[in-house]
Amino acid sequence: MTEHVATNETILVVGGGISGMTAALEAAETGKNVVLVEKNPALGGRTSQLYRYFPKLCHPICGLEINQRRLKGNPRIRLLTLAEVTGIEGGTGNYTATIKVRPRYVNENCTACGDCSRAVETMVDDPFNYNLGQHKAAFLPNAMAYPQRYVLDPAIIGTADADRAKAACKYGAIDLDMREETIQVKAGAVVWATGWQPYDAAKIQPYGYGRFKNVITSVEFERLADIHGPTGGKILRPGDGKEAKNIAFIQCAGSRDENHLRHCSRICCMASLKQTHYVREKYPEGGKSTIYYIDIRAIDRFEDFYQKVQADPSVSFIKSKVAKITEDEHGNPVCHGVDTEGYKRYTTPHDLVVLAVGMEPSVKGINIPGHIVADSSGFIEADPANGAVFGAGCASNALDVNRAVQSATAAALRAIQVVNKVAKAEA
Amino acid sequence: MSANTAVAEKYRNNFLKEIEEQVEMGDWVKMCMQCGVCSGSCPTNFQSAWEHPPQELFMMIRAGKREEVLTSSSMWNCTSCYNCIVRCPRKLPITHIMHGIAEYAHRLGMAPKMQPTRFFSGLFWKNCTHTGRVNELKLSMGLYFKDGFVQGIKNGMAMQSVALGLVKAKRLNVMELFGGHKCKDQKGVHAMLKKAYEIERGRKTAKIAG
Repeated sequence: MTEHVATNETILVVGGGISGMTAALEAAETGKNVVLVEKNPALGGRTSQLYRYFPKLCHPICGLEINQRRLKGNPRIRLLTLAEVTGIEGGTGNYTATIKVRPRYVNENCTACGDCSRAVETMVDDPFNYNLGQHKAAFLPNAMAYPQRYVLDPAIIGTADADRAKAACKYGAIDLDMREETIQVKAGAVVWATGWQPYDAAKIQPYGYGRFKNVITSVEFERLADIHGPTGGKILRPGDGKEAKNIAFIQCAGSRDENHLRHCSRICCMASLKQTHYVREKYPEGGKSTIYYIDIRAIDRFEDFYQKVQADPSVSFIKSKVAKITEDEHGNPVCHGVDTEGYKRYTTPHDLVVLAVGMEPSVKGINIPGHIVADSSGFIEADPANGAVFGAGCASNALDVNRAVQSATAAALRAIQVVNKVAKAEA
Repeated sequence: MSANTAVAEKYRNNFLKEIEEQVEMGDWVKMCMQCGVCSGSCPTNFQSAWEHPPQELFMMIRAGKREEVLTSSSMWNCTSCYNCIVRCPRKLPITHIMHGIAEYAHRLGMAPKMQPTRFFSGLFWKNCTHTGRVNELKLSMGLYFKDGFVQGIKNGMAMQSVALGLVKAKRLNVMELFGGHKCKDQKGVHAMLKKAYEIERGRKTAKIAG
């Protein structure tokens, strides 16, 4: 798996979400050699954790499946999962990256039959479901995981559980002697596509995330709606498992706020408008969505999507940034604030509050090797000083899936130009 | 000035400009994005006392409602709890702006005369600058008789047991009603304040002159 030949004409893609996959595929399909590095055990990133995406409300399974097929059929891409870039040295046309590869404890023989998972007893938190649920310590990262191969959680290595998993495997796929490796990879250009992370909602103190169980984030709500999520696709609130029919969506939770994130995260308004569809789909009778907003930013050509949601009688819009959330004796979160259309105070209980949390670039605060120029929010800028390290997708800006793919294709093209120059110089 | 600028000038909102120049921290007003967090965070129940919550005041300023803003009692109800400043996503110093607008309305003589906060502020200032010490007895008496003699007696009767308790505990001296205690250098205090007024006047004149 970790054996490979990489040269100055190789393109290194860091991050295997929708942006990284796209950049890797676009470059490989023009005949370039690519090393794709993903820190999780499976590709797909945050896109694979969505239930649906806007505006057509299709399942991410569809778009990702196409990319997985392209990847499977392309010998020019070397994929490293459970791998993280810890350092990059050199300059344009001549980089050397140091990559740390964590052990999966499962080799290529795995058929994803699941016998190991059935044999293991230990349960661990499931990060794919934002830790809303737990899964076995021998697990398939998600239903459509690529590579379709199980993983053993390091917590059970050295315990009887690991031996049970090994004994249960009929294919000799479990290798408990795997160790962490550090490898060096040469590359002519680097596409940095490490994506985003949801802003830490607990920092927005008046909203009580972390204190009130029925205040959750928009990314967690995606998992509640998904059939593969912790509730099997039922919108049940985490506090008491009660059906959550009256749901509040709070916009700009962290975004457009000098105390939190300075930038508009762009996707959150559309994400909440999209999520009102989930409420209506799951509760055709009695489902009720309330969107608290400063102004709705249905980016680009999505105004018609917004208008359709506005016409839905089960959705109401309140022009107000919620000032604070409290909890009543039934565990219902209560929104307090002032409706700025008429300046009326409200104190409204809901079954569940969903905070449309902002996007924080994953690269923020991380020391990307090579002195990357970033903007005041931490997104990588297109700057000549970055040499041949190009930001793609949400590492470069707050983007939706559509725009992330465009951004990744652009980054791939820039990287291709660099390695073409290297090839010419060497010829 | 071109014809276009002349027309634009006619429609220019001068009140926002006036607030920006004359009110302390007034240049922040244009930064408000009308999210409503300040009003939602305000502990005073503005439905009765706070006629216009902060973000509405900011919008009124931008809409040029000079008379309505400056004669309003709203900004006088600010208790300086600073909730709004802490939560404002644009970091507007809302508490300071409220006091700034109130002070400007007072300076112009447009503030509501008998608004309790304004009345008390005036009373307190006169009280403490006169002798250099706060005469608590005179201060509270002054406040009791704000709405006339009869109401003053009623207020006094209502607070009788508190006053007696304070006297017993030696926290209140009835002799303070006659003169009262002073600071050592009363003249020095007056001279200092005179100089401060002079500096402030100079600064404001300079500001108006631009």
